[in-house]
Parts: sequence; C-alpha cells; structure tokens
Amino acid sequence: MSHLDIELQQLKTESIKMWSLVNLQLRKGKEALLKIDQDLAREVILSERRVNAYELKLDRDCENIFALFNPVAVDLRFVLAVLKINSNLERTGDIVEGIARFVMNVDHTFDTKLLEITRVVEMYTAANNMMESVLEAFEKEDTALARKIFKEDELLDDINIKANAIIALYVKDQPQNVVENALYLLSIIRKLERVGDQAKNMAEEIIFYIEAKVLKHRSKVEKAAE
Amino acid sequence: MYKIESKNVDFFYGSTQALKNINISIKPNTVTALIGPSGCGKSTYLRLFNRMNDLIDGTRIEGSICIDGEDIYAKGVNVDSLRKKVGMVFQKPNPFPKTIFENVAYGLRVNGITDKKFIEERVETSIKQVALWEEVKDKLKKSAFALSGGQQQRLCIARALAIQPSIILMDEPTSALDPISTSKIEELIYELKTKYTIVIVTHNMQQAGRVSDTTAFFYMGELIEHDNTKIIFTNPKIERTQNYITGRFG
Repeated sequence: MSHLDIELQQLKTESIKMWSLVNLQLRKGKEALLKIDQDLAREVILSERRVNAYELKLDRDCENIFALFNPVAVDLRFVLAVLKINSNLERTGDIVEGIARFVMNVDHTFDTKLLEITRVVEMYTAANNMMESVLEAFEKEDTALARKIFKEDELLDDINIKANAIIALYVKDQPQNVVENALYLLSIIRKLERVGDQAKNMAEEIIFYIEAKVLKHRSKVEKAAE
Repeated sequence: MYKIESKNVDFFYGSTQALKNINISIKPNTVTALIGPSGCGKSTYLRLFNRMNDLIDGTRIEGSICIDGEDIYAKGVNVDSLRKKVGMVFQKPNPFPKTIFENVAYGLRVNGITDKKFIEERVETSIKQVALWEEVKDKLKKSAFALSGGQQQRLCIARALAIQPSIILMDEPTSALDPISTSKIEELIYELKTKYTIVIVTHNMQQAGRVSDTTAFFYMGELIEHDNTKIIFTNPKIERTQNYITGRFG
C-alpha cells in the first residue's frame, strides 16, 4: 500500500466515523421526538460539537492530501467527494440539532392523530434508512445502492408537500398550544425533507467519485437513465 | 489541418521493436505531453519528429509522420530543412562552449546568414522571448557556462527559437532544474504556444497537467491513451493510464 493509499484509507475511515455519529444523532433525534425526551434532545445538542470537530478535521485532512500528494483521477475525485460529503454531513448534523431544539421547546407530547395523519414517523424512518444506505454505499463503493437513494427521497418529498394542507386543516379551531405544537411538527417535516436532500447529494458524490458521472441538477428520469 | 500527424508508426532498434503502431494527430499551437515509465518509447517517439533517430545505426521506421501535411520520411526530404522547422531542447542544458551571444547566433551562422545587424536583432528577440534578456544583456560576450542551469536551459530554448522553427520538441526540459527555474520554463512553454507547436516529454505528472493541452500515455512501446489533458488527469478512460498517473503502476 502506497503512502497516498494509506492517507486515503484513513480519510475514508474518518469519514465513516463522522457519518456514523451523524446517523446516531439522527436516530436519537427521532427517539427524543417521539417520546419528547428532553434529556436525550439535550444530549443530541451537546454531541453536535463532536460533529463540528469532525468537519474541521476532515477539511484539514483533505487540504493536506491536496497539498502534499496532488491526487489525480479517481484519487482526486475521492478527496473532492469527501470534502463535499463532509459539508453535507455537517449540515445534516445541524438539522438534527434543530429538531432536538424543537423537542426542547414543545410543551407536551404530540397528538398521536397528528403524527399519524402527517406520516412524520414514516418520514423520519425513511430519512434514517436513506442515511444508513448511503453510508453503506460509501463503505462498499456500491453505486447501485447509492442510486436507490434517489427513489427513496421521493417519499420524503411527497410527505413534505402534503404536510401544509394536512396541518392547516388540523389546526382549524384548535387552542393556541395545539397550533404551536403542530407548527413545530411542520418545521420538523421541513427539516427531514432537507435530510433527504443531503443524503441525495451524498449519493451523487459517491457516483461521481466511482464512475466519474455528474448527476447533480439532473432530472429523476435522467438520473435513472445514467 | 494537423501540424503533426503520425500514422501506423512502428520503430525498431535493430530487431527490437520500440514503438508499435502509434497514431497521434497534433493540432498547431498546442502543447502535447508524452508521459510513461522509463523505456516506454516516449523519447524515441519525440526524436522521430526531427529525425534524430537517423543518427543511431540500425534503426528503422515504418508508417508515416507528416508535418504540415508532408511525410518527413519520404525520399528526398532535406533533413537540415526539417530540423530548421523542428527545434529541440534536451534534458540537460547543453550550451556550446561559446559566448552567450554566439550560442544563439550559431544556428543562423551555420545556415549561412552573415548580416551582422540581422543576427544581432534575431539574437536579441530570441533571448527576449525566453525572458532572459534583462539577466544577460550586459554579459553577452561572456561564456554561456557562466549562467545558472535554469538560465542555460532558457538560453538553449532561445538558440532553438533563433532559427524560427514552427515546432519545438522538449525532452524533459526541467528535470535538471530547481523549482523556480522550472516554473519559468513552464511559463515560457505557455507563452510560446501562441507561436509554436510544442511536444514535451516529461516524467513530472503535475508538469504535464500544468503545461499541456493534450497528454499521450505510452507503455511498452504502445500508445495507451491520448486525450485532452484535463480528461487524462481527472477521468482517464483506460485503467492502465489511471494506475500510472496515480502512482499505482505495477
């Protein structure tokens, strides 16, 4: 194994560690949300610092590899992909922190009926699964698995689009505190939709570095054809 | 029209085949980098363009190499005229044991030019072209050996430019130079491209990336891949090219 190979392997290992941490944060966020567990939400908020520290470390690692090894071809694409995935992961970490902060502010558990009609739990589970799958695709360099993410993201988009009308109807003639909670939930749905977008971006980066194909800003039909 | 076009070129040192069926077309005013491991045939190929290999006994070429549409290996080709058109710069700076001025004037004198004013003007222009004028204008009568390695190499390029070639061949022109001299030569290559067609052999991958428009990768006498330099260094089509440029070559 060459020196560069060792550096690239270490970069991959560090990325996987950061990724696993972000996925753990996301799972804890879900649990905190469903149980309105404010201790767990606080834990998520505190752990966000570790995500930020990973971001800085990975940025520095990428910069060093560029400066010292002048990577080209697949190596260059890999480091570029890690650099962007690093930003996506950090953004995902911020989103989960935001969800945890909502949980801190909600005054009691969400109405089961509201959870049911908005399909937020289903959405959260899908977002978790997407993040797990895209990590697996990165670990195994599996672009077929990465491509499945695009399809899964459609569910999140669908739930997000329908949420406005559902919540508008639900809050009609409801007391102030119920309306507030429902709005928190709408914000959470928005955030989960963005988690889906981050996962999709990361899937695009994996395909870029392995196959040298740029799928950004392409339609679903075009992506499926590539 | 292509400046240089090689078709089905095979080349032999005695019974050893050094190049196998090389087909490359080079556009005018471009820089082409030839890369590959030692012994892959890239320097041999470069030397075909000004028939330098003719000087080695027992060599033989098959196929054709056309410059400006004319086969340079056809019968009756005047090799001296060819070399006037195709200048060459070597790995190690090789100034003649003469003054700085006479080094650059040499090509003109051997071509029978005697007009003193003409020679002086051409020497000055050529030295200015390689950005060496400010450094040597007061010591033109001094020996070229008094210059630094980097300056000597630029002088050698000026010597090649003085006879106004249209193609310049460079065989690892910076491998003996420090980083500053190297970057000066690289800048020079970039500027010279507007007037000349340049073919450069280099072992420095980053240099190939910095200076060339297209890159050709040779391996064991074969042309493996020739493409836009950006493509070669970001997404080469052939795995062997990728293995070489990323340093994973067997």
